[in-house]
Amino acid sequence: MTTFTPHTDDEIREMLATIGAGDVDDLFEAIPPDLRLSEPLDLPPGISEQEVVDELGRLATRNRSLDELVCFAGRGAYDHYIPSVVWALAGRSEFSTAYTPYQPELSQGVLQALFEFQSMMCALTGMEVSNASLYDGATALVEAIRMSVGPGRLRVVLAGGVDPRLVDTVRTYGAGPGLHVEQLAAPEGAAGLPSSFEPDVAAVVVQHPNVHGILEDVQAWAEAAHSSGARLIEVFDPTSLGVIAPPGELGVDIAVAEGQSLGNQLAFGGPYLGILAGRMSDVRRMPGRIVGETVDVAGRPGYVLTLQAREQHIRREKATSNICTNQTLMAIAATIHLAWLGPAGLRELGERCASKAAYAFDVLTAVPGVVPAFPGAPIFKEFTLRLPRPASDVVDALVARGILGGVPAPWLGEDALIVAVTERRTRAQIDAFSEELAQVAG
Amino acid sequence: MSDVGAPVRRQGPRAPGTIMAASHAGRRAFSLPALDVPDAPVPAAFARATPPPLPEVGEVDIVRHYTRLSQQNYGLDTGFYPLGSCSMKYNPKVAETVATAPGFARLHPLQPDATAQGTLELLWRLEEALCAITGMARATVQPPAGACGEMTGLLIMRAAHAAAGRDRRTVLIPDSAHGTNPASVHLGGYDAVAVPSGSDGSVDVDALERMVDERVAGLMLTNPNTLGLFERDIARIAAAVHAVGGYVYYDGANLNAIMGRTRPGDMGFDIVHINTHKTFATPHGGGGPGAGPVGVVEELVPFLPVPRVERDGDRFVLVDDVKTSIGRVHGFHGNVGILVRAYVYLLLHGRDGLREVSDRAVLNANYLAALVREAFPLAFPETAPMHEFVATAAPLESETGVRALDIAKRVIDLGFHPSTVYFPLVVDEAMMVEPTETESKTTLDAFAAALLQAAKEAATEPDLLHAAPVTTPVGRLDEARAARHLVLHW
Repeated sequence: MTTFTPHTDDEIREMLATIGAGDVDDLFEAIPPDLRLSEPLDLPPGISEQEVVDELGRLATRNRSLDELVCFAGRGAYDHYIPSVVWALAGRSEFSTAYTPYQPELSQGVLQALFEFQSMMCALTGMEVSNASLYDGATALVEAIRMSVGPGRLRVVLAGGVDPRLVDTVRTYGAGPGLHVEQLAAPEGAAGLPSSFEPDVAAVVVQHPNVHGILEDVQAWAEAAHSSGARLIEVFDPTSLGVIAPPGELGVDIAVAEGQSLGNQLAFGGPYLGILAGRMSDVRRMPGRIVGETVDVAGRPGYVLTLQAREQHIRREKATSNICTNQTLMAIAATIHLAWLGPAGLRELGERCASKAAYAFDVLTAVPGVVPAFPGAPIFKEFTLRLPRPASDVVDALVARGILGGVPAPWLGEDALIVAVTERRTRAQIDAFSEELAQVAG
Repeated sequence: MSDVGAPVRRQGPRAPGTIMAASHAGRRAFSLPALDVPDAPVPAAFARATPPPLPEVGEVDIVRHYTRLSQQNYGLDTGFYPLGSCSMKYNPKVAETVATAPGFARLHPLQPDATAQGTLELLWRLEEALCAITGMARATVQPPAGACGEMTGLLIMRAAHAAAGRDRRTVLIPDSAHGTNPASVHLGGYDAVAVPSGSDGSVDVDALERMVDERVAGLMLTNPNTLGLFERDIARIAAAVHAVGGYVYYDGANLNAIMGRTRPGDMGFDIVHINTHKTFATPHGGGGPGAGPVGVVEELVPFLPVPRVERDGDRFVLVDDVKTSIGRVHGFHGNVGILVRAYVYLLLHGRDGLREVSDRAVLNANYLAALVREAFPLAFPETAPMHEFVATAAPLESETGVRALDIAKRVIDLGFHPSTVYFPLVVDEAMMVEPTETESKTTLDAFAAALLQAAKEAATEPDLLHAAPVTTPVGRLDEARAARHLVLHW
């Protein structure tokens, strides 16, 4: 048993004497006898660190990590390269073992890093203001919708290209305030843009690139939403914004993203990074922490949590959100990753993804029986195929050959597979994928 | 811990501006392999015209800048961090080593179940352990933080009432509750109704019994409560809510006080959330990530979020298709990397270790309260505190004009992170102190000495306290100005 409690027996006796208690049990007197546990917890006894490492090692060998599988899976979580500087710095325990910066004089490091994160999110998206992170991309979308709804406007319309994972999450949280959540059809894998929306629509959501990998005409969506008095929310991919026009140039009101691909491990789904940026006119509706610059008593610049009157600890039931703990450390990692990339690196990263995806699209659709699900559709780093066999069978067969070939898209039919190609994939890996696909697809 | 009175912590130098201020056109840190496929730009109609204005810096600039920022930050590894309600205990290093290894960190959330058996088994075993600790039937590990756990619990409550055809409108919350409780209630579609605290700091049960009726969906409570006191009448409280068909929700913020002594399930709670970054020592990351698993009693299991981890013999599978479920509350499977760390903590401690954790946490809090009580009396002196205590600087303030905030800032100059101040809101000049079990008597003695020194100085040198802190990279910051003149990016 390892407990990290440093007390000696003598100290315990001295401490009890100071308290005026006979033994430690006396300190639990307030728990009524009939509520006290008569047996130990139904858990195994504690073990040493060495044994824990061995046990976790046993579990890890039951996983097949991306060190073993060549990853072509995406759908919101991507195998991008993480430079060493990111966690060498974000992992410093002055950052990682701190609490929320309630004492700003002791927390200038985290506060400034978050200020830089907000600044970089504005630079990336072209939006006017960013918060200091939310849980993940899906819950960031939920928060953006909460910002948009109001009395008489409880309807949300999601484009057909919005990932069903995101739609499901919106539906879950929408049950509270009674939102009407509607997803349009996308017969071409994208678009399906109606000419107008009902007057009670609070927000229209478009994902760009969308779940099928297709680039959307965001500006057209924004115009349609605005003509009906609704906000336009764009779900974007941060790694695309070196090469693709940012939400701020497309008439978007609130831009949200899954930020995992900025310096964060895949880690089977989390911890990830929810990004939310918007217009200054909406800043008081925004959820979560926001860091602002100010000065101290001597006039020196410094950083504090600001606009806290929006937040739960001040506004309680009238708060814009219930979020308290966020994903600060993931935001710091993203900040360092973007500093490492810079404007040129972000562009080259985007170009690499686009070129490798285009190459993979060509060689994979050359495999007999494999066809594009949406021929001619413009893409960035992801695309959808139709296979001659059920996609999940093909994925399983490819795994046996060391390739994670993509993510099935059952809403399109059992033969649909979404393939993602990041800058990490080499031509040789892509060629091998196509050869193995030819073997297993037929 | 060094002697009180000396500046004990070396502050890093102030950073000369932001990383953007270090930008030089053409400087770069990144490198990419040579392009090995034909160049294929995105279609021009979608292209970005001007590059994003990000900093152009070298790798060494980045390393020095963020190292400097880290030196301007106080973490648990820097020193004692007695924030009340936050359980800032030491974060074991082995959890970091294990969770960041490729076998756990390099797993795609949508890879086939068969290729993620280790992680799925871990999540399943973690769920089992959480149920054992809390006395619940099943749990979800998907909520990424405590507030999300609250929301999940409220949505489960709502779904259960809807399934039974009960039209419920309100959720009762003690007036001392954390702000996330009423915020979650509102976003969950209910009205929050405050239950008054009695003069002893506990829920006024008579008032509560008068308040419960057929509109009540449930009650949210911590136990020990937000004042650090055990609600002795919890069984009566739970019975009153159950009598009208409501559910009783346990906010796990204070679970660190009772492990191995009692369980929320034994007290009559129906839904429990746990903050892994509090009770199970996962590092809080300067504000997050956390994780907020939620356990429920048998009756509420059908409503738990999907996907769920289920065991099928030797195999573990993710199950998505549960018609009664509230749905998914996270984009993927929650903060899995954090859950790995929590599982490591539970394996290290086991049944005896967890009981010892709570024993020592309560011992430390009572000891520290006894040391400082003369200068900072307990807000509710009639009841012995559990793992944390709420003291008040109100007497000191009326004698000297020195406030809890000044004490907190002076404590910074004396080398410590201060306690929570001005929470709970129901106590004047509140100082909420939670030492946790991982601190030694030596540290507690030094911190108490600092608090007592500050109290003494309040009478003799009040300006010293009003001017504090002076040992930090910046002094007191103008928060009003920050909110009035918004500067939210460079």
